[in-house]
Amino acid sequence: MSGPIHIRKDETFTLNVGPQHPATHGVLRVKMEMDGEYIVKAETVLGYIHRMHELMGENRTYPQVLPNLSRLDYLGAMGYTHGHVLAIERAAGIEVPERAEYIRAIMVELNRISSHLFWFGAFVMDLGGFTPLMYAIQDREHILDLMEAVTGSRLTYCYFRFGGLYNDVDDDFINATRAVIPMLRKSLKKYDALVTGNIIFRKRLEDIGPISAEMCRKYGATGPVARGAGLDFDVRKNEPYSVYPEFDFDIPVYHECDSLARYKVRMDEMEQSLRIIEQGLDKLPDGPIMPKKKPKLIKPPVGDYYQAVETARGSFGIRIVSDGTKNAYRFKLRSPTYSNMSLFDEACEGMMIMDALAMMGSLDLVIPEIDR
Amino acid sequence: MSLTILNAVVAVVAAIAFAAANAAYLVWAERRGAGRIQRRPGPNVNGPLGLLQPPCDGIKLMTKQLMIPGGADKALFMVAPVLAMAPAIMSFVTIPFSETIVAHSMNVGVLMIFAFASLGGMSILLAGWGSRNKYGVMASVRAVSQNISYEVPMLITVITIVMMAGTMNLKELVAAQAGGIWNWNLIPSLSSPLMPVSFLIFFICSLAETNRAPFDLGEAESELVAGFHTEYGSMGFGLFFMGEYANIVIGASLITILFLGGWDCPLGLFPGVWWFLLKIYMLIFSFIWIRWTFPRTTIYGLLNLSWKILIPISLFNLLLTAGLLKVF
Repeated sequence: MSGPIHIRKDETFTLNVGPQHPATHGVLRVKMEMDGEYIVKAETVLGYIHRMHELMGENRTYPQVLPNLSRLDYLGAMGYTHGHVLAIERAAGIEVPERAEYIRAIMVELNRISSHLFWFGAFVMDLGGFTPLMYAIQDREHILDLMEAVTGSRLTYCYFRFGGLYNDVDDDFINATRAVIPMLRKSLKKYDALVTGNIIFRKRLEDIGPISAEMCRKYGATGPVARGAGLDFDVRKNEPYSVYPEFDFDIPVYHECDSLARYKVRMDEMEQSLRIIEQGLDKLPDGPIMPKKKPKLIKPPVGDYYQAVETARGSFGIRIVSDGTKNAYRFKLRSPTYSNMSLFDEACEGMMIMDALAMMGSLDLVIPEIDR
Repeated sequence: MSLTILNAVVAVVAAIAFAAANAAYLVWAERRGAGRIQRRPGPNVNGPLGLLQPPCDGIKLMTKQLMIPGGADKALFMVAPVLAMAPAIMSFVTIPFSETIVAHSMNVGVLMIFAFASLGGMSILLAGWGSRNKYGVMASVRAVSQNISYEVPMLITVITIVMMAGTMNLKELVAAQAGGIWNWNLIPSLSSPLMPVSFLIFFICSLAETNRAPFDLGEAESELVAGFHTEYGSMGFGLFFMGEYANIVIGASLITILFLGGWDCPLGLFPGVWWFLLKIYMLIFSFIWIRWTFPRTTIYGLLNLSWKILIPISLFNLLLTAGLLKVF
């Protein structure tokens, strides 16, 4: 049902989806050449909320840039700051205590679940179902409360420090997290019954919005988009960092390449993240959360440093070229949504607008992260 | 003579009042129901249980400026909302709430309601076209193809029932089902064993005809912003909104009359208007329930459902009933 029977390229009109449009979840603009309901050609126009984070990274000191990183992606901010601290720690040779590494992993995974929960709600709302959004937000609220108690903020966290953490977790947090895990498992089952099994929902996603493995390679798509196309790639497994090798978890991969595959990858990932959090809480060692020896001023030696982490949306890369001063010479961010979005133009050609927007929802876009 | 004019005026005023009150308070009911379903309170600030919310909304809508976008066809733009509301109110004239409470009982009552329902589709077309908005035009094209496709199985189902009862008068249609649940058209009889299927078809078609979720493609807000009423604010939007809810009441009333025995009690005792109201509000509740549970279908999925599934089944049922009526 996805392909048009006959497109008339001479009788088209231009439809501006965005910059203010409910489906784009932000100020993204897609210029579409339409033949009735069919998309002949689409052109993504970016830059409406560009804030020059890369330039800011170059004229500020490394600790000053740290809060900027969580402004990239307001739903999964923890992963981005994780990338930054890992890169600097590697560059400046700072040792991280084991306890801090475990707490970092727990926090990143909690944030991944909260991000996926919100995506789940927003995606079903894109398809016209409002109620799951409310359920998902209520479940996410528990996670935000947990993280607020420790980090002090609810969305734009600045919790990690070079070498460790801002604040240690207490028993309250550990017990509360242990209580939240079974509750979330129950909710995931409920979502399965309410949404995944729904015939209308399946009809709208099965075989709709194909994104092949080739296309993912061509545009550099990563994360759930690539894993929904059958690519078994997850930075946590392929280029292990932090304490992830210590955990036993699976990478969900689906080979259908359609919107439903991407949906299923994310739903399974939440379960895997819960497993990681459970193991992290069990293995959590005692000890300090900051290293004993830490340089007062962070000045990485001259060199070129790169660190990739798996955020909720895919592989986030951060490249720092240091000239030995307290500022970076070049600060490059490779944000996953930017690459995931870039394949939209090619993928949506010939689709109907409602299928194309369903596919856009399945890419899990966070616009500030594209226009960083 | 003057008495009949007085009767007519009273009937019309009552119909308008009933339609307007229902439209206003169904919005409240829908929002409260949605709140319940979504684990949140819904409107509860204005008055007890938020019952003063509809008048507040009404005042807000009426005091807002009526904006007409540049380049819009002014006449069509102004006419469309009125055309959405007026036929819905007119349809109330023929609906019998009980044996005595009916504004005007006509022999072509069913036909009249369907004629006015088609006018409702017209208002969507005019609104989308007249506001000169690309989203509006796309939405109105969708809504019109949807209305046309779903009128067909709906009318075929109605023909089946009219054939069985031998009348198109709504009052007589109810009278033919009097005397308990086993006489209702919902229950399969010898001459028409597929009646529950017809009921389902008619129910689905009513959802589609009133542009309700999961068939609300005319105002699919995640794709077409607000669909055909994207450019409408103020009372223009208010009239579309009220028209939608008035149409829901009409749809529920039709289902009640055609399948659920109108004002008849399930046990055949004490028939009366309260049974009719109970039935229509239960149906309306199911409409609300469905809206807040299911995601939206696609436009081709919707048309396929009508042309490939509902129409063949309803045609088969029509032929079967016609044959069996001859036999028994």
